[in-house]
Amino acid sequence: MTEILVLVDHADGQVRKPALELLTLARRLGTPAAVVLGAGDNAAAIAAKAAEYGAATVHTADAPEFTAQLVVPKVDALTQIAQATEAGAVLVTSSGEGKEIAARVALRLGSGLITDAVDLEAGASGPVATQSVFAASFQVKSTVTHGAPVITVKPNAVAPEPAPAAGTVQAVEVAFTGNAATVTARTPRVSSGRPELTEAAIVVSGGRGVGAAEGFGVVEDLADALGAAVGASRAAVDAGWYPHTNQVGQTGKQVSPQLYIAAGISGAIQHRAGMQTSKTIVAVNKDPEAPIFELVDYGIVGDLFTVLPQLTAQAKG
Amino acid sequence: MTLRIAVCVKYVPDATGDRRFADDTTTDREGVDGLLSELDEYGVEQALRIAEASGDAEVTVLTVGPDDAKDALRKALSMGADKAVHVNDDDIHGSDVIATSAIVAKALEQVGFDLVVCGMASTDGTMGVLPALLAERLGVPQATLLSEVGVEGTTVKGRRDGDAASEQVEAQLPAVVSVTDQSGEARYPSFKGIMAAKKKPVQSLDLDDLGIDADAVGLAGAWTKVETVTARPPRSKGTIVTDEGEGGKQLAAFLAEQKFI
Amino acid sequence: MTQDFDLFRLSEEHEMLRESVRSLAEAKIAPFAAEVDEQGRFPQEALDALQGNDLHAVHVPEEYGGAGADALATVLVIEEVARVCASSSLIPAVNKLGSLPVQLSGSEELKAKYLGALARGEGMFSYCLSEPEAGSDAAGMKTRAVRDGDFWVLNGVKRWITNAGVSEYYTVMAVTDPELRSRGISAFVVEKADEGVSFGAPEKKLGIKGSPTREVYFDNVRIPADRMIGAEGTGFATAMKTLDHTRVTIAAQAIGIAQGALDYAKGYVKERKQFGKAIAEFQGVQFMLADMAMKLEAARQLTYAAAAKSQRTDGDLTFFGAAAKCFASDVAMEITTDAVQLLGGYGYTRDYPVERMMRDAKITQIYEGTNQVQRIVMARNLP
Repeated sequence: MTEILVLVDHADGQVRKPALELLTLARRLGTPAAVVLGAGDNAAAIAAKAAEYGAATVHTADAPEFTAQLVVPKVDALTQIAQATEAGAVLVTSSGEGKEIAARVALRLGSGLITDAVDLEAGASGPVATQSVFAASFQVKSTVTHGAPVITVKPNAVAPEPAPAAGTVQAVEVAFTGNAATVTARTPRVSSGRPELTEAAIVVSGGRGVGAAEGFGVVEDLADALGAAVGASRAAVDAGWYPHTNQVGQTGKQVSPQLYIAAGISGAIQHRAGMQTSKTIVAVNKDPEAPIFELVDYGIVGDLFTVLPQLTAQAKG
Repeated sequence: MTLRIAVCVKYVPDATGDRRFADDTTTDREGVDGLLSELDEYGVEQALRIAEASGDAEVTVLTVGPDDAKDALRKALSMGADKAVHVNDDDIHGSDVIATSAIVAKALEQVGFDLVVCGMASTDGTMGVLPALLAERLGVPQATLLSEVGVEGTTVKGRRDGDAASEQVEAQLPAVVSVTDQSGEARYPSFKGIMAAKKKPVQSLDLDDLGIDADAVGLAGAWTKVETVTARPPRSKGTIVTDEGEGGKQLAAFLAEQKFI
Repeated sequence: MTQDFDLFRLSEEHEMLRESVRSLAEAKIAPFAAEVDEQGRFPQEALDALQGNDLHAVHVPEEYGGAGADALATVLVIEEVARVCASSSLIPAVNKLGSLPVQLSGSEELKAKYLGALARGEGMFSYCLSEPEAGSDAAGMKTRAVRDGDFWVLNGVKRWITNAGVSEYYTVMAVTDPELRSRGISAFVVEKADEGVSFGAPEKKLGIKGSPTREVYFDNVRIPADRMIGAEGTGFATAMKTLDHTRVTIAAQAIGIAQGALDYAKGYVKERKQFGKAIAEFQGVQFMLADMAMKLEAARQLTYAAAAKSQRTDGDLTFFGAAAKCFASDVAMEITTDAVQLLGGYGYTRDYPVERMMRDAKITQIYEGTNQVQRIVMARNLP
């Protein structure tokens, strides 16, 4: 069977959940092979995790370039591995960096590129990717017609399922091509202790209705009771109430969790573009005319400052 | 030496309008009003700020698109860009991002540049990969998704905020950068800017001018194929209740039923 | 058939200006409109946004550092700001009103100094004509200016002065020769910083609450003689000539306010459901909206025509300026009142913006000459 390369995204020595989702999807298409780059001493542990989720082979490469330079070293590695293994397809997580890597790899391989897939299945002539476009008002199914498909997949496309495989580690020497921007300093993000927004199964978001930075307390309390990530609408971020890294919407993060709770968010198109593919949507808003109510599975017309604490208490109880 | 800054912009359907697909599975640009992609306004803004800081710079705004795309150029010129290049050719219609990047890269080579500035993504395609593809094709460094950017001498520096870390990055010119919507608010065209825009040069180029074979681009030249397009079925109307003191509990019951708590 | 002129429509540049101001107004001014009204505070955010984008006094000619916008472009700026916040629209409108006497009649030195300062955003300009006992009968003013060597000394009270206290510069009409009545009135530029200038308490108004309206007191204000605008005794004529042009800007305000109310009502009736359908589907509601849109468009066309005449200083400007101001403000009052009606009980509450628009519209029938005075002006200048 053809090898399906999966670029394994990792941080702080841990495999990030979307990589496990990619390995799960890769099994539908062929034999998963993981690519682990710049993991240092953690490479073995990451390889083991990849094997647990179905990687028959784990290609590893380590060099200072992976952290000292932007994007290009990973492009070099992934391209060279794809060429050497004659990979059937290359899967990368749909993050800012992931998409950039995928695009350049596709160009080097002479391959068609599909980004932001929300589902993947095997088709008669290669993988069929499903994308959700125009603020999720359309579903598009596409295939790649030239070269080995390079596809980026959004987090939460599938539930990761373990399927232990050999996970044979193959160390790779990469020929770096240079011409990259250099990273001169790196400040790790302070962890909130909450799940990553794009990966979380549940997201609780606050908007203009939260009224102030302090108002996000009730949103965070509910998120913590549910083990959820916290999001914010553009209005709340623009007002300076919550960091931009938590913005959900067209210009922020696009999320599709199992459950999305919108508190004090009217549901402007800008916001809907970032959350409309969520499986279950719940909203709490004072304004019965708020457009968000057109999307919800369950909506409460009411004050989020009374409804959320009550729900938090129930969730904890 | 004049710093040559090229800004790549896109004319997109208004996101507040009813965006849809045409029969050939390309974006329908006929029935919907278009405009300069909001995210590209940040690119124009940063290009103008870099130009203003340098004192000796020329900002060229570049787009690939149909006739109406000149509106996007006009807007960028009225914001303060010096000149514009419009790549327009019927054969481009339906090009995928790989082909589009080839067209833009050729046009950039022809225009000449020290720094290419792009927005973080378009508001219609939202792929966000064109800057990386341009860097690959032009053989120059990419410093992308910057929330802060500046040029010092022949070095472009900036801050890239990723999920896991915030990075300070730099690259030697010539280079390609893309900027996020956190990079600084875009200016509004002033009356003077609007009047001045009328007199600024707009150069039109077609595929022949760029030496690109029509077969390599457009729908036929695309390396991906749209198999099906389906309008998402409207979400079935959910339950809406008005809080009369028990709203939080009712919601908890719903979530319990759905096995979330 | 081809023609080498554009047939009766705005130029592309004017349309672009409208678009630019609209997006600025919606992003930077609209979010504060309700708060500005509720608290009766000056819309500083609007001033910052307009100055930051060189839209606070677009009428100032380029030779004095301004944007050099024509009268129609100025109308578009005022209209689009008024559409979201009438109080804020008084920034560009009164900057024109206050400074136009200088532009029309001032010496080169005076223009360079004060129009330049206005264009650079160093201060706003207000217009001081009315007095407690001299409203429509402006020539009956009491404020005196007495010559003292190379200086003039001003004493008196001006009332209903828009943006008083926040403006740095004031065009002040004062009597220099009581014998000559209107021909004995001269115009001066007075600065807020001049000794003896002070302000009364802000008026408690029905609308435009964000724009301070105060009395201005002149207590032995001694100003250099070169601050006189034009020749001695020409102040009243300059004041009247100014109003010919600026009545068009009040018309612009009126159609802006009306457009804001109509836009809001149009959105509301599509969402508000009664008897199982959107109230927009009821013909009674449709007829109201059709009348509102028809009247508004008529007012707009008259206003734009008047603006073009203002730019060209056509002979019939006086009639057109008065007609546009009178018609547009009457129409704005009707449209905003109907918008409140369309929103029903909600429209009557301050949770929705249309009652504010209705209160704001009222002033456009009153200031820069009541609509009764406009009819006198029109009758004397029939085309």
